Amino acid sequence: MESQLGLGEESFDLRYSVWVREVLNELPDCFTITDPCVPGHPIVFASNGFLKMVGYSREEVVGRNGRMFQGPETDRRSVMVIREAIREERGVQISLLNYRKDGSPFLMLFQMCPVFSKEDDRVINFVGVQVPLSRRPRLSGLRLRSECEDGGGVRDTVFRCCRREVCSDSILERGRASSVESVSSLDDQEDEINEPCEANEREKAKASAALNNILSVLTNYSEFTGRFVSRKRCCPTGNARLVSSLNISLGRIKQSFVLTDALLPDMPIVYASEAFLKLTGYARPEVLGRNCRFLSGTHTDQSTQFEIKECIRNEQACTVRILNYRKDRTSFWNFLHISPVRNASGKVAFFVGIQIDERCNNDDRHGLRPEMRQLSVVGAVKVAVRGLSMGASTS
Amino acid sequence: MVSVLERKLTIKRVATVVSNYQENASTDNLESMAQGCGRNCLGTCCLPVSNLPLYAFNTAEEEQCHDKVDGSCDGKSPEKSYLNNLLLGQWENRMTRGLFRYDVTSCETKIIPGTYGFVAQLNEGRHLKKRPTEFRVDKVLQPFDKNKFNFTKVGQEEVLFRFEPSEDGETRYFPCSQIDPEGSSASIIAINVSPIEYGHVLLIPRVLDCLPQKIVHDGLMLALHFAKEASNPFFRVGYNSLGAFATINHLHFQAYFLSAPFPIEKAPTCKIMSSKDTRVMVSKLLNYPVKGLVFEGGNKLCDLCDAIASSCILLESNNVAFNLLISDCGKRVFLLPQCYAEKQARGEVEQELLDTQVNPAVWEISGHMVLKRRKDYDEASEQYAWKLLSDVSLSDERFQDVEKYVCEAANLQEDGGFISTVETSYGSGTPQASPHLPQDCLVLR
Repeated sequence: MESQLGLGEESFDLRYSVWVREVLNELPDCFTITDPCVPGHPIVFASNGFLKMVGYSREEVVGRNGRMFQGPETDRRSVMVIREAIREERGVQISLLNYRKDGSPFLMLFQMCPVFSKEDDRVINFVGVQVPLSRRPRLSGLRLRSECEDGGGVRDTVFRCCRREVCSDSILERGRASSVESVSSLDDQEDEINEPCEANEREKAKASAALNNILSVLTNYSEFTGRFVSRKRCCPTGNARLVSSLNISLGRIKQSFVLTDALLPDMPIVYASEAFLKLTGYARPEVLGRNCRFLSGTHTDQSTQFEIKECIRNEQACTVRILNYRKDRTSFWNFLHISPVRNASGKVAFFVGIQIDERCNNDDRHGLRPEMRQLSVVGAVKVAVRGLSMGASTS
Repeated sequence: MVSVLERKLTIKRVATVVSNYQENASTDNLESMAQGCGRNCLGTCCLPVSNLPLYAFNTAEEEQCHDKVDGSCDGKSPEKSYLNNLLLGQWENRMTRGLFRYDVTSCETKIIPGTYGFVAQLNEGRHLKKRPTEFRVDKVLQPFDKNKFNFTKVGQEEVLFRFEPSEDGETRYFPCSQIDPEGSSASIIAINVSPIEYGHVLLIPRVLDCLPQKIVHDGLMLALHFAKEASNPFFRVGYNSLGAFATINHLHFQAYFLSAPFPIEKAPTCKIMSSKDTRVMVSKLLNYPVKGLVFEGGNKLCDLCDAIASSCILLESNNVAFNLLISDCGKRVFLLPQCYAEKQARGEVEQELLDTQVNPAVWEISGHMVLKRRKDYDEASEQYAWKLLSDVSLSDERFQDVEKYVCEAANLQEDGGFISTVETSYGSGTPQASPHLPQDCLVLR
């Protein structure tokens, strides 16, 4: 966990320089920045405003996933909408009920957007802005009036809090005030606060403005390091687009594996897991784009290499034991499983190769046998690739 | 449902082959096979002496998992994803062993453009081989018939592992485990050899007890735990009652991975009933072609389970066929009463729809359409999916009865006047674009 925490924060500093935090902290808004490339998709930055709002210290928040603020009354459908936006790497604006450290719930408008790396078009961060919404009064008319203090007027509060439809911009404009009143006069004894409350235009504008400020800070500071970021992706096509969107799904898998692109000449590596980099000693840019054969060396058995080649040619899975070399040229026996992975059209689009260093073979702390662990990676990759290549997404 | 002149309502359909032992089941003499059968089946002959892996889950009833530390579905601790990985690994293993009738990942699939994102799959191999057989669709409760195919016939190589409550309260995995003759009956996870998607499995509670396909509390609880333990929001568990396209009258649930939201999960809902004591709440689906209810909340998982199970049992005794979808790691459960098979038996379904041979069971109703003809796949549109599913739905009157049954069975209180306001949102023939209409809503037209 410690290493993960460090990992996210470190790459944040590398990307935007160490000064960016100071500048971000001067912004008055409540927001968090997360790193989807680190397993668990942790928060790597939380603004002072945000920490104040939730009542947690920085240490309690950084390194953790944003779902730590959800609670029993958080609308599951809203959570799903956010989850989908993350998976599809797009922005979202939705109201959400979160919980402070003391357990008290608060409603806020959550606006999130991805930040892309210009270099390879991958999502490197998500920025989530939170604009607290005045707490929704209970539905009983009496409380409604007594709790309405923020100058919006009774009707405005009723409208804002009881309007449960996003599509129409204004119920009042449509002459629906009477329906609103009929809701407010309902004698609802419920003590729940989950009834979604929609943000008004002012709050929405506030969230968008805050997001713009944050993104311009990030963009500016990425220029200092030369590792540019952008709010938009450069629209790659085919597998490249798919690969960039796979990062989030694959990032959760803790084992050593690579994905190679079956549709490109010489099948270059297009994804390498953290554990693979750790096992081989290479950095990610050193392996992406290369064929896996660079792992082989002087004493690697040619017939094993041929066996692998044949399996790939026949689009078949295979398991071999092959002598591989790390970056420092030390060798290890690699218990390697390779399997074709089909996309949603049923065509082989990738091969996944899962490496197990034979000396660590008995590292069986999870109780699953090495072969089973390899197959579970194959399964997870197949599910992710199939799901993400199904095409035109909605929601 | 008393009728003097009882006429059996049946439909003819090709049953899906879920096990490699199903093909010739009807011709086998099961009585003679029950003794010393020697082929490692799941019957009383072989299961008690088996060495199947066992995943024993923690049943400790903590408060519904919203713990502040990691109340997640895709948490970071290895333990959280253990069952998920076990399922994937075991399933892939059966694939390398060639136990499936086809490689489901070679079947084309796509999201149909539109508001809801119905998912279509072209599966030309799933149903071809068998002759249509007759299914009685007018009785939701039918006794277990040991002469028909049932899961005690399944070979152990099709079993991934046993899935049972842990005896010491701890979640554990045993790669080899003997069945405790004194303990409760074994529940198993087996592959479906005609998978709809990757990881398609069957959960068979207390397999040797030969329970008919009807909801029992502990069986549903097992299914909820299965969804919860898998800890992956893209792994859903489903159930079809008899008369709602279950083909095997032996208690079973199904489950598989689909890395996309189901349209039904995106549908807006409106809270209509709840319980102050248990905090279970029931909402109604809005702007979805099939009328349905969503169960959520509950102080404990068993509160949610009891509310659903009691509702289902009352529906069964009133002969209402239904499907269940357990979604969001067991946090949301969709109850979908239906009457398609009944309409089909009465000859009230359009030939055009029948020709596609789509059986609207739980997955189809949830928005995942498995199509058998290339033409249907290529031409699949949201309008088509909508039309098919609209035919599944109960009439307003009958759905109101269902609401009453649920309210009574689960001991819930109605939540004010919302019910009447939303009534109008049904029956409109076209999808409505209101993607973010939240729960407990007021529908304005």
